[in-house]
Amino acid sequence: MNAVAPALNLAPLLDVQGVCKSFRKPDGDELVVLENVNLTLRPGEIVGLLGRSGSGKSTLLRVIAGLDEPSSGVVNYLGQSVSGPASGIAMVFQSFALFPWLTVLENVQLGLEALGVPEAEMRKRSLQAIDLIGLDGFESAYPRELSGGMRQRVGFARALVVHPNILLMDEPFSALDVLTAETLRTDFLDLWGEGQLPIKSVLLVTHNIEEAVQMCDRMLIFSTHPGRVISEIPVDLPQPRHAHDPRFRALIDRVYVEMTARPRGEPRTGARTERFAGTGIGTQLTHVSSNVLTGLLEAVHEAPYNGRADLPAIAEEQHLEVDDLFPAAEALQMLRFAEVEGGDIRLTEPGQEFARSETDERKRLFARHLITYVPLAAHIRRVLDERASHSAPRSRFIDELEDYMAEDAAEETLRTIISWGRYAECFAYDDNRQAFTLENPA
Amino acid sequence: MRLDRLPISVLRTRYVPGGWDLLAFVLVFCLFVYMAQAARGLVGSLAHLEATPISLAPAALVGYAARTALRMLIAMLASLVFTFSYATLAAKSRRAEVILIPLLDFLQSVPILSFSLTILFFLQLTPGRVAGAEMAAIFLIFTSQAWNMAFSFYHSLRSIPDEMVEAARNFQLGPWMRFWRLEVPFGMPALIWNMMMSMSGGWFFVTVSEAISVGNTTVTLPGVGSYIALAIAQKNLAAIGWAIAAMFVVILLFDQLLFRPLTASADWFRLEQEAGQTPSSSWALTMMRRSALLGWVGNAFGAMLRLGVKPRPSDTPLARDESRWRARWIDYAWYGLLLLIGAGALFKTMGFVLREVRPGEIVHVIGLGFITLLRVAILIALASIIWVPIGVWVGLRPRVASIVQPVAQFLAAFPANLLFPIVVSAVVMLKLTPDIWLSPLMILGTQWYILFNVIVGASAIAPELRYAGQNFGVHGWLWWKRLALPAVFPFYVTGAITASGGSWNASIVAEVANWGDQRLVAHGLGAYIAEATEAGDFQRSVLGTIVLSLFVVIINRVFWRPLYARAERKFRIS
Repeated sequence: MNAVAPALNLAPLLDVQGVCKSFRKPDGDELVVLENVNLTLRPGEIVGLLGRSGSGKSTLLRVIAGLDEPSSGVVNYLGQSVSGPASGIAMVFQSFALFPWLTVLENVQLGLEALGVPEAEMRKRSLQAIDLIGLDGFESAYPRELSGGMRQRVGFARALVVHPNILLMDEPFSALDVLTAETLRTDFLDLWGEGQLPIKSVLLVTHNIEEAVQMCDRMLIFSTHPGRVISEIPVDLPQPRHAHDPRFRALIDRVYVEMTARPRGEPRTGARTERFAGTGIGTQLTHVSSNVLTGLLEAVHEAPYNGRADLPAIAEEQHLEVDDLFPAAEALQMLRFAEVEGGDIRLTEPGQEFARSETDERKRLFARHLITYVPLAAHIRRVLDERASHSAPRSRFIDELEDYMAEDAAEETLRTIISWGRYAECFAYDDNRQAFTLENPA
Repeated sequence: MRLDRLPISVLRTRYVPGGWDLLAFVLVFCLFVYMAQAARGLVGSLAHLEATPISLAPAALVGYAARTALRMLIAMLASLVFTFSYATLAAKSRRAEVILIPLLDFLQSVPILSFSLTILFFLQLTPGRVAGAEMAAIFLIFTSQAWNMAFSFYHSLRSIPDEMVEAARNFQLGPWMRFWRLEVPFGMPALIWNMMMSMSGGWFFVTVSEAISVGNTTVTLPGVGSYIALAIAQKNLAAIGWAIAAMFVVILLFDQLLFRPLTASADWFRLEQEAGQTPSSSWALTMMRRSALLGWVGNAFGAMLRLGVKPRPSDTPLARDESRWRARWIDYAWYGLLLLIGAGALFKTMGFVLREVRPGEIVHVIGLGFITLLRVAILIALASIIWVPIGVWVGLRPRVASIVQPVAQFLAAFPANLLFPIVVSAVVMLKLTPDIWLSPLMILGTQWYILFNVIVGASAIAPELRYAGQNFGVHGWLWWKRLALPAVFPFYVTGAITASGGSWNASIVAEVANWGDQRLVAHGLGAYIAEATEAGDFQRSVLGTIVLSLFVVIINRVFWRPLYARAERKFRIS
């Protein structure tokens, strides 16, 4: 179906070898975002980078685009090392990144203008790209006059007009509503299939599993913290692919299994690796509202699942995206309310008890598990109990957390623990004073 | 694809000139004639200037107003050039940033009068010519305009969304094109708002910048400011009236011809139309848009941007630069150098000031600073009590707001000197104490920023919030306490910070008031600086300025900044 059939014997367009990316924290420690990533992109294929937020897949895309530098490893594009933005690599952004003060035509012309293309040719190519992507008639409109879907079409036209060899897509459909995203995806696949797009290969970053299965010839699954490729899944289905095709469903199931697999050698403890010895408070938490946790527990507990559910099925039923579902499932696992394995979620005994209980009993149970299984909660509670004032400033815990993780991760972890602690009524938090206390209004 | 379809609209306006074109044409030419006439005065000799004293005849005001307006425009252009270079350097270079931004903070707190010490420098640049004096005047206006503009642009540059910057890099925009295609348009809305505030600031100090008097050097440049100064010296009430009228006309013209079109086009730079906000309209912008002028300028601009771009083959990655420049030791060397310069400057300044001033006087000056501080604090409190409720009332009524806002904008530009006749006569006649009754002049121009911001805040209260208040029967004091005041608080704080800083600067014209031969002086730092500058006492003037700057910067850091941070955190829902 594709313009150029993926051919293994063709020389790769892009060759990523052993790319690592780490940030140095103020205290001198390294924070690893990408670990030893290898990837080749050959002409004629769409490759998907699939992972959750925080898996470094967007960072990898930026390294490939020459917008960011790898800490080690190399990115070769057409045999040349990439050390800055290359004109043969164009990008489509999640937030569209259009310039609001330029018209559609001017936005599309931008890349050609920078390349010094003569005016007549610039205009001709831009109008062609606008035509191709279905924006005909909107040339003089400003981005604010367009809907999200039309804006992203401008984003595509702007990237295509420079005739790049590689099109990088950073979650291009995730800011759009479901219907618009679907239309845009199929339009893109049609053009790609007909060989109308002036590009050779596509690298797509997404956290939407269905999207990856629908679009890609190969999918690379990323793990989180640090990001590395944990498996590669080829997609052999012919285009157009249908979500109801059993082979399509089977692939989705397989991705879920891979994404919930425990890394080798990891003990069956918390959700995420506890990589630091000592107090154990260094576990990074992703913010999940107690409403979502409760909702997921109830949904899995009830019929037809009765305590054990297939993750893809429950994701679809509850309208949860991967970035909502996985953190929630992991939080439940960390709190020992559920077990996640092989693409399934299964409630533990306390998890079932929680689902059966009334509000007050639930809070009591939640509090007990929070203090027992989340070291940070226990730590905060212990500090508050020990102090005569029963109060401790936020900065104290932020500083401690920043020994283990980056600043924004520490912020989120603390935000999560505040929200869970409030729900469990383990401790209170006063935002005006920026302090934890034991004084519950209750 | 129909390539011929696009240019139709272009063709039509190009070959069928309409009434808008004609009007635009006439206005542009009038502008040229007017600029040429006003500029002729620049090359005249200083002796000639001294031989032709300012005339209080109303007819002379037309020329004076033109001269003043031209100076302000030139100063505004200079401020823009300064803004684009200074702010860009600060935003792009981490090393430059560490010194440029605090420097801006201090410069903003230095009163315009202190800059008038530089007049001798400008006069000697062009001996015997008016140009030097004109440059000094323009420089003084510049010092009342540039700093907040530069800061606003710096702030904008730092807040461009990451993905937009990445898009610019991905599509390989060079620095020049990136600046004009991304950075300037992005910073424009905030910059335009600051330009308007700056213009008001320029008017407020119009007498200080035109009738310059430092020690034995006195220069009186033809302009509205000098006209006002003379009218005050001669106790000519009618002339004061004419000056107010002339100012009103010039401000109105600026508003209609410059700021309206600019604010209307600023909406065009925003990605989203904010809810409940109607796009501003401007007949002047409509004129420019409907005539071919704007399109022509746009095309020329695009061509100018492309001029430097050499056609490049695709597929060549741009080299990344500067990795060697990131070395730590260069940082340390740079900080060391700054430290050395700082120590040198401190040594030099201290030596200069202490040559004349005994340490005891420094304590005295700090004491004066506290007196002025007390004044500013009380006045801001009073202005808040008066303007917050009025601002909320107005802000909730869009129709009233659209009338009040331009009026307040004019009042913000109203120079304190114009009220001298009333204030001085009243204080003398009623035997009041100047220490108290001169104070309101300080807040004359700056209280409006409280009003502006509260109006904006009140009109931004979500209708649902107001309905919820009505639905639960929240009214009276409870309504103010739980709804109105918290909702406008972040806006109020922004306004109060501006008002407070401005009041400190205004103290130099508010603590000393003249009306003819009557002279009232209040105790305070502003009066100290004003008298020292007038007497040409450089040491005391510099000492006063340093103390005033320190007061402003310290108050900003220990009082306003935490309050602002708290207001941002607590009262904004995001």
